[in-house]
Amino acid sequence: MHIPDGFLSTPVWATLDVAAAPAAALLVRRAQRDFDESKIPLLGVMGAFVFAAQMINFPVGIGTTGHLVGGALLAYTLGPAPASVVMCAILAIQALVFQDGGVLALGANVLNMAVFGVLAGYLPFYLWGGGKWRRSAIFVGGVFSVLTSAILALAELLLSGVKMPAMVLGISLALFLVSALLEGAITLTVVQALEAIQPNVIQRRTGGLPLLTGAVGAVAVLLGGVGVVFASTAPDGIWKLAAQTGIASRATTLLSTPLSNYHAAFLQGGWLPRASAGIAGIALVYVVCLVMARMAARRRSA
Amino acid sequence: MHHVVLERWSRGTSALHRRDPRAKLTALVVFLVVVATAQHMLPQLTAALFLLLAATLLYARLPLWGALARTALVLPFSLVFLLVCWMAGDPARGLALVAKSYLSALAVLIVVSTTPLHALLRGMEMAGIPRFLLMVVQFLYRYLFVISEEAQHMTNAAAARGATFRGAVARGARFHAAAGALAVLFVRSYGRAAGIHSAMLARGFLGRFQPLHEDHFGWSDALFLSLASLAPVLVRIAVERV
Amino acid sequence: MRPLIEVRNLRFCYEDGTPALNGVDFRLYPGESVALLGPNGSGKTTFVLHLNGLLQGKGEIEVCGMEMNRQSMPEIRRRIGLVFQDSENQLFMPTVIEDVAFGPLNRGMPAEQARERAHTALATVGMTAASGKAPYHLSAGEKKRVAIAGILATEPDILVLDEPTTFLDPPGQRALAELLQHLPQAKILVTHNIAFAHALCNRAVFFRSGTIQGEGSVEDVVSRFGWNFSLERSKSQP
Repeated sequence: MHIPDGFLSTPVWATLDVAAAPAAALLVRRAQRDFDESKIPLLGVMGAFVFAAQMINFPVGIGTTGHLVGGALLAYTLGPAPASVVMCAILAIQALVFQDGGVLALGANVLNMAVFGVLAGYLPFYLWGGGKWRRSAIFVGGVFSVLTSAILALAELLLSGVKMPAMVLGISLALFLVSALLEGAITLTVVQALEAIQPNVIQRRTGGLPLLTGAVGAVAVLLGGVGVVFASTAPDGIWKLAAQTGIASRATTLLSTPLSNYHAAFLQGGWLPRASAGIAGIALVYVVCLVMARMAARRRSA
Repeated sequence: MHHVVLERWSRGTSALHRRDPRAKLTALVVFLVVVATAQHMLPQLTAALFLLLAATLLYARLPLWGALARTALVLPFSLVFLLVCWMAGDPARGLALVAKSYLSALAVLIVVSTTPLHALLRGMEMAGIPRFLLMVVQFLYRYLFVISEEAQHMTNAAAARGATFRGAVARGARFHAAAGALAVLFVRSYGRAAGIHSAMLARGFLGRFQPLHEDHFGWSDALFLSLASLAPVLVRIAVERV
Repeated sequence: MRPLIEVRNLRFCYEDGTPALNGVDFRLYPGESVALLGPNGSGKTTFVLHLNGLLQGKGEIEVCGMEMNRQSMPEIRRRIGLVFQDSENQLFMPTVIEDVAFGPLNRGMPAEQARERAHTALATVGMTAASGKAPYHLSAGEKKRVAIAGILATEPDILVLDEPTTFLDPPGQRALAELLQHLPQAKILVTHNIAFAHALCNRAVFFRSGTIQGEGSVEDVVSRFGWNFSLERSKSQP
């Protein structure tokens, strides 16, 4: 689900852009560690593969078909950080050239699909990809990757004030589950077909972690996802809880100087201060990213 | 195909085509923020900003109706949400989503169809986005055509062999056939990447892509940037004050 | 006369242990054009990939008087221009001009000079008009020409072309042959296209099972190894 521009409220898209930029920068640097510039064609071509894979339809039943989303498959073959970079590149092309997903909403889409989607897809494989649970891990990875992205996108829309009747929410969650299960099935069948013709392209995971550790990790991811949805459907409740425990006041003082003005401008001011707050937000995002990139580059060369 | 048309448009020679990609990107972000943060007088503002974009399309000598129709790619998604908002008793918000997403997508489309993608990526690089990522985007776009064509050949071949059986068993078989096709496409793409890598080495690649172009941010770019950034802001002030 | 390329007893096995080259001896002299003929899988392409170090087997390779090793590799790669079978893999930059300038830029040439070199090379192959286009939009023949321009831009002494006629129609093949006839470099041509080899090459060598089985003029080699295609038209057809 690619969120277009205009769907997210300003605090939501601005925050997610701020969060996505350093996350993406970090993943790019990790990918660069494993792949120097001479491997860029591989990442680009695999991105083109994921794009083209959408043209190959998988029968689902009742006359409908589905297709590969690809985050988990890329993570199993290229590794998680390069897979994230490829997904970022795909999202950028989709937003710019195919009008699929917004530009200001790119931060949201990158976090949902390229960062958390890919990492959630890789987690089961990382934990159990080497042992007797391998097949299940591959399947569950595909399921997780799509489910995580979809739930995050839904949560962001709800946080932005898009109201959804309970029925619609239920239906969309059910649809997400179906497409997530489909992604798991497609990922597993493609991995098996790949292992038959060229086994060395799938990453090796030697030995698994203990079942318990893995289970705890997986449950944490699921709870996190579900928690976000509940949090966003009932933000007032969360706020009240935070106020009761005293977190809210501490957080407010902590973030007081720039953010309280930002917040106030949004609530009371006319549109001009609000717009300038938005632009200031973007400038802030930009400066933060630039500084982080510089620092990262300096640390690297040192 | 959509991207082929946009690429053809992007090779035009209008004054807008000639502007520095950084100027266009900055103006785009300003426009998107003006749209995203708008809350009052939305119908009037939508109409005014729409006229502004339509004028820009004419200025760039792009086909007006063609561009408007291509931007409609965002509508299916927005219309679903219009329906959802309407069911939730908030049709005004639904209409706002449709209007904002359409205006934003149209603005992006104008920038992309007046700037070749590689020039746009160069502009982004100078704005500090990691080069590694942008190079991946560039290679993705370069081989998108090639790999899509291969995928098309494979689906044609599958259709020619009559992959249209019905029933649950046949569906399972088709599922596996599709997975097999994807695996083959994957291996071919992997092989192509290896071929590209060999060609790069044979042609003396030493580990870093060297740029051929240098963009010059001139006076006309600065003038364009200030006008194009001010225009949506002034439009909004005018609409909301009147 | 000193050979441009001298290969002695070259051997190579693929990672899975399949032998690909079993002792190849080969020389190329200035001004020569040599056709490499032979069945698929006989080692022709594997052999040419050794000439600029993309594959490394056992044996000795000398190019323009330089022993092949890590130090000499960049210079050897400039001297030997390799034109791959699939131009799509070779033209990886977003526009024709950037692609042709790729080689010169990688050798540290300033952008302005690299651009001039690229324009000269494009003019040589008759593709000046395509300089701003994306490679994907060119025809197969045009792609091949641009690929050759990309090689010429680094001013090589030797051109190696792997199956250059694969995706070309007969007029395209004729145009390519005419272009290559006018290029002064020594050439190695891997091909199944006898007419093409005949038009361009003064010598042919025949590969089979990873060794050179014989050499001579193109006609000579073709007749000795039965390396042509002709079939009696079926009588039953009207």
